[in-house]
Amino acid sequence: MINFIGNYRKAYLLSLILIVAGIISLAIFGLNLGIDFTGGTVFQVTLGEDFSMEEVEAALEPFEELEGAAIQVVEGRDLAGAPTDEGLIIRGPYMGEERRQAVMEEFQNRFPQMDMEDSREESVGAVIGAELTRQAILSLVVAILAMVAYITFRFEFRFALATISALLHNIIIVLGIFSVLQLEINVPFVAAILTVFGYSVNDTIVIMDRIRENIKHRKKSDYAAVVNHSINQNLVRSINTSLTTLFVLAALLFGFHYFIGSLDLVVFVVALILGVFVGTYSSIFIASPLWLNLQDYNFKLTRRKAA
Amino acid sequence: MKTAIKPGRFLILLVLCLLILVSGYWAFENAVDREDGIRRGLDIAGGLYVLMEAVETEDREVDDDTIERAITIIRNRVDELGVAEPVIAPQGDDRIRIELPELEDVEQAREIIGRTAMLKFVGPDGEEIVTGANLVQARAVRQPEVSPTPFVSLEFDREGAVLFEEATREFLGETIAIYLDDEKISEPVVRAIISGGQATIEGDFDFEEAAELALLLRSGSLPVELRELESRLVGPTLGQRTEEVAVYAAGVGLALVFLFMVIYYRGAGVIAGVALVFYLSLVLWALNYLPTTLTLPGIAGLILSIGMAVDANVIIFERIKDELRSGRTLRSAIESGFQRAFRAILDANVTTLIVTVVLFIIASGPVRGFAVTLFIGIVCSMFTAIVLTRLLMRLAFKAGVIRSGAYVGVKI
Repeated sequence: MINFIGNYRKAYLLSLILIVAGIISLAIFGLNLGIDFTGGTVFQVTLGEDFSMEEVEAALEPFEELEGAAIQVVEGRDLAGAPTDEGLIIRGPYMGEERRQAVMEEFQNRFPQMDMEDSREESVGAVIGAELTRQAILSLVVAILAMVAYITFRFEFRFALATISALLHNIIIVLGIFSVLQLEINVPFVAAILTVFGYSVNDTIVIMDRIRENIKHRKKSDYAAVVNHSINQNLVRSINTSLTTLFVLAALLFGFHYFIGSLDLVVFVVALILGVFVGTYSSIFIASPLWLNLQDYNFKLTRRKAA
Repeated sequence: MKTAIKPGRFLILLVLCLLILVSGYWAFENAVDREDGIRRGLDIAGGLYVLMEAVETEDREVDDDTIERAITIIRNRVDELGVAEPVIAPQGDDRIRIELPELEDVEQAREIIGRTAMLKFVGPDGEEIVTGANLVQARAVRQPEVSPTPFVSLEFDREGAVLFEEATREFLGETIAIYLDDEKISEPVVRAIISGGQATIEGDFDFEEAAELALLLRSGSLPVELRELESRLVGPTLGQRTEEVAVYAAGVGLALVFLFMVIYYRGAGVIAGVALVFYLSLVLWALNYLPTTLTLPGIAGLILSIGMAVDANVIIFERIKDELRSGRTLRSAIESGFQRAFRAILDANVTTLIVTVVLFIIASGPVRGFAVTLFIGIVCSMFTAIVLTRLLMRLAFKAGVIRSGAYVGVKI
């Protein structure tokens, strides 16, 4: 049996470092918010022929809004593995419909081979971006409260506290990593974070269920042994479940990176992969000892009162 | 305790598994069909998504009725374009969401969606004569003997015809201006008194533009001005590539999961694999026949629910192993394994279900779609693990296919 609980301080320290680093990065650099949050315009065009950056810049010349816009080259492959035509992603501020159409027309005039079917053009007003942020935060808060209520009802309040703490720990770490890497995030990222949310809770609850069950059969009030035993009993399941989920995610990551080359999609899968790792780690090294700490604290508290 | 395989039970098990695999294949074929399959979001299918906001002005208030009328008019316009399965729906109090999959002519669609198309005939004194409200028909006409350029022929209702006749009498020899959304498009001189309510709009346009104008006039003017808040246009090829890759990747991922489960859990792993196929057909079936749209975030939800479906099986098998190690017989280990795993599966899944419900209530757009997909996924995965895996395990045990702990991966 592996002694997980004995080393919980080291895990706390590691998590604390990650969280503090994450929060500092979030405070200083923030997140690299995409147009879904900030509002703006994205063009993705497949020009269908060789092009130079000068040609692209010349095409964008008449549009002063796009001065200094970020231009990214995307390379994809078809399913047989042959490279597809290079594409471009251009990100700029919000532009009205007519201006956007003018940009697309300009590209079509300069690059007659351009494939309109293999292009996209998205524009989001600032109002919508602000709403998305508000909705995302509001739903997280309400979801957390609802979960605390459910876990308290089915288990007890301390289980809820430990589970939610691990959950927040996971979300802060994933956000922190994204802040450090400055990867651009959009709506799919919100979905990814929510998925991490679901995965973490699911993963933690299963261990909590073991603890709940083992407490009933415990011989003495050695909670540390009970928690450690529960984690060990559940260890194979923790590993197997994260492995199988990672198989699917790894296949998706490879597919999106190799065949599509779109950063948005890659970012989305990377967030999910990080979430699985952090989620599995925190269920074992954070949520379980945290519950133990709360339990001990409560024990001391009642003893002091009795004395 | 070793027992021989019982042919009758074994046959039932085999037929059941085959049925599940075949129905899984069938569900998959149905679901990926681009025409009748799962309704795809625009990030996958390609198409145009526009979110419009009704702008309140002094003389035009925005209420439910205005939005409803605006939706009807936009629907009329879109229907004339012949778009398959358009979605034109209110969102919130003053917004309209438009989703047009598989568009042929995007530019045209864009132009006709948001145009207010308020038609006005104004006399030289600046007084309004008649508006689009009195229009009964508008057609684009190409008649070189009458006019070198195409024009729009109009027909007014009786009230409009009377008003128009009076105006042409009053302003004979003068000009009448024709405005579309406060933009003067033509200013013909009245050469004769026109009765019967026939009029034409001539202007500097080609036939297509005339047809578009006629379409706008036919479908009526919007009761309120609409402003674009968000617009997403995804080319069909781009969307299709994303989908193909996601489907292939999911296939490869599932194959890996299957392989892993069989290597680790042996016979029970095969059962988990069959259960996974059953789970996927359930989800695909639900996505296909419930009014849902699958988007990229939705695929994330599906992946999570695949993870949870496998997780449920893993929890069950680990429990069965625990029971075996504590000295139970295989039969009682299977039963009590399921019983003990049930609570963990239930609580873990219900907690995640709570998240989906909260998201569904609070969020809108793609995040809401994610919530629906995840909800469907979790319910199906719970059902599969608790009902089907159990059924298959019992059958496999009774058929003598799973005979000892070795068949669930326990080395004794």
